[in-house]
Amino acid sequence: MLDGRAQIKRRAGWRLWLSGGWLGFLALAALLAPWISPQDPLAQDLFTSRLPPFWMDGAEPGYWLGSDSLGRDVLSRILYGARVALAVALIAGTATCLIGATLGIIAGYFRGWPDAVISRLVDIWMSFPPVLFAILLIAVLGTGLTSIIIAVVIIDWTRFARVIRAEAMTQGVMDYVASAQVAGRTRIGTMFTEILPNVLPTMVALLTLEMGIAVIVEAILSFVNLSISTDSPTWGGMIAEGRISIHQAWWVLVFPLVALFLTVLSFSQLGEGLKDRFDPVLR
Amino acid sequence: MLLLRTVCLRLLSTLITLLGVAIIVFFVIRVVPGNPIAMMLPPGATDADIARLEALYGLDKPLTEQFLIWLRGVLQGDFGTSISLRQPVIDLVLGRLPATLELSVMALAIAVLVGGTLALTGTRFRGTRTEATIDVTNGMALSIPDFLWGLLLILLFGVLVPVFHISGRVSPSLDLPFTTDFYLIESIVRLQFGIFADLVAHMFMPALALAIPLAAIIAQLLKQSLKETMHLDYVTLSRTKGYGENHVITREALPNAILPTLTLIGVQFTFLIGGTVIIERLFSYEGLGNMAIDAVINRDLPLIQGIVIVFALIFTAVNLLVDLTYAMLNPRLRHA
Repeated sequence: MLDGRAQIKRRAGWRLWLSGGWLGFLALAALLAPWISPQDPLAQDLFTSRLPPFWMDGAEPGYWLGSDSLGRDVLSRILYGARVALAVALIAGTATCLIGATLGIIAGYFRGWPDAVISRLVDIWMSFPPVLFAILLIAVLGTGLTSIIIAVVIIDWTRFARVIRAEAMTQGVMDYVASAQVAGRTRIGTMFTEILPNVLPTMVALLTLEMGIAVIVEAILSFVNLSISTDSPTWGGMIAEGRISIHQAWWVLVFPLVALFLTVLSFSQLGEGLKDRFDPVLR
Repeated sequence: MLLLRTVCLRLLSTLITLLGVAIIVFFVIRVVPGNPIAMMLPPGATDADIARLEALYGLDKPLTEQFLIWLRGVLQGDFGTSISLRQPVIDLVLGRLPATLELSVMALAIAVLVGGTLALTGTRFRGTRTEATIDVTNGMALSIPDFLWGLLLILLFGVLVPVFHISGRVSPSLDLPFTTDFYLIESIVRLQFGIFADLVAHMFMPALALAIPLAAIIAQLLKQSLKETMHLDYVTLSRTKGYGENHVITREALPNAILPTLTLIGVQFTFLIGGTVIIERLFSYEGLGNMAIDAVINRDLPLIQGIVIVFALIFTAVNLLVDLTYAMLNPRLRHA
């Protein structure tokens, strides 16, 4: 048993380091994008169009990962795209967590009519195809970073509400909650001092997962050309362009795809790793 | 009696959910900036022309009245007329729905097949390297969403090793002698195996992209339930009777372990159907989801409403079916 635990712990640690490492590296690259990008990510030049990456014949120095059909540098666009992806991940993820978890705790701990209303809303929300819902919201809100963040929050608050509600419900009937109330705490006080700390580990794990989902939602929206303005490079937008010219210039699709893949994988592995780390049995 | 009550309550709650969806969709998309009528008319149209068209589509009436008119129509099977395609919404939706249904069911079949096999193999070889490999693969498959799987499959089997088609539903050069839009089913019924093969070569990649995450979830949960069941006394008993491990797993443990997985498949199937929207777009597959994205881009309000309602109908129908199956299979509800 002890061996098993040690093994899981070691695996969790390894996952945490690797995924945390990539995300840290990406965050640094995104922050420094204006200084480290080899080219202007928007500069079009038909003389440099569809240059291959550096190890292939016909590559040009300065265009390390090649260029797209309009001659824009792929590496610089990935670096600038990382800014959009990470901004959406951090802001939309946190906002979704705060709103969803608040509603979940209220529903799960207070039960009664707040629970009935919130659960019914969750049911209705779950009957929408999420991608269609997101696209619809962007059509309503207009494109732009704020719209994407609002859209992610509106679509995904149910994920937190459902899980945290169930968790708060389990915690709510525990003896230590009852004893807190016997000791004279108010319902709201108990919610903050007893319930919240106990659902926090689940919340943090979900939050990291949500950041990965937010990155995907942004990529999907920019893939259908409904993200932020077409001036700003986004990974999804690059993937959409790459999908069209896939037989002529595979690198336009592959490099942003690798960045997206690693980022989503890292967020979800970070979430899983944190869940293991917080698990009281393993700890 | 209890079963009947459960069914009635469940039906009622489904109706409330659907009404909620209808209300939200109707009012949310009416906040959309940009006049859909103005987009239909050639430049230089007069205000009178716009007003006439608005009256034609009922856009000049107050919102609540528009909603009631629309709702009455929907209940009679009339979803209005598409603004961008100028055809009845119901015809457009029914024309595309079979493509999406065929894709979703194919994806579900792949997921159940792959997930089930992995779970059974993992249980058979529990505690070995095989099980560990299955666990790691599952973890990977789970953390990557269908959109990314779709892109990876396009790269792998569309570009690197081009064995499958990566866009469309059927090769445009083929002549389709079909009367329904269920091409796959009809090609089998009519014994047109050339067309069947072409359809599958087009559908396989998008279906696989949709299936991978679901297969991983099925494998994970089914394996867990199987392993729990394997410790129960009646399984040990059947082992002492001399049955082999394969028999014990598939005949004794599986029937008891499968119930949670069935419920999960139901819920996850709705997520899979939701995923068709972007996967169809990615593979230029002519289904409902692809049309939905065009409808949103063209601000085609009646079409958007129709498609979302149809998706919501499918979602709630699947959920209802799962709940009822569960109630039917659960002995406590069945015999009460």
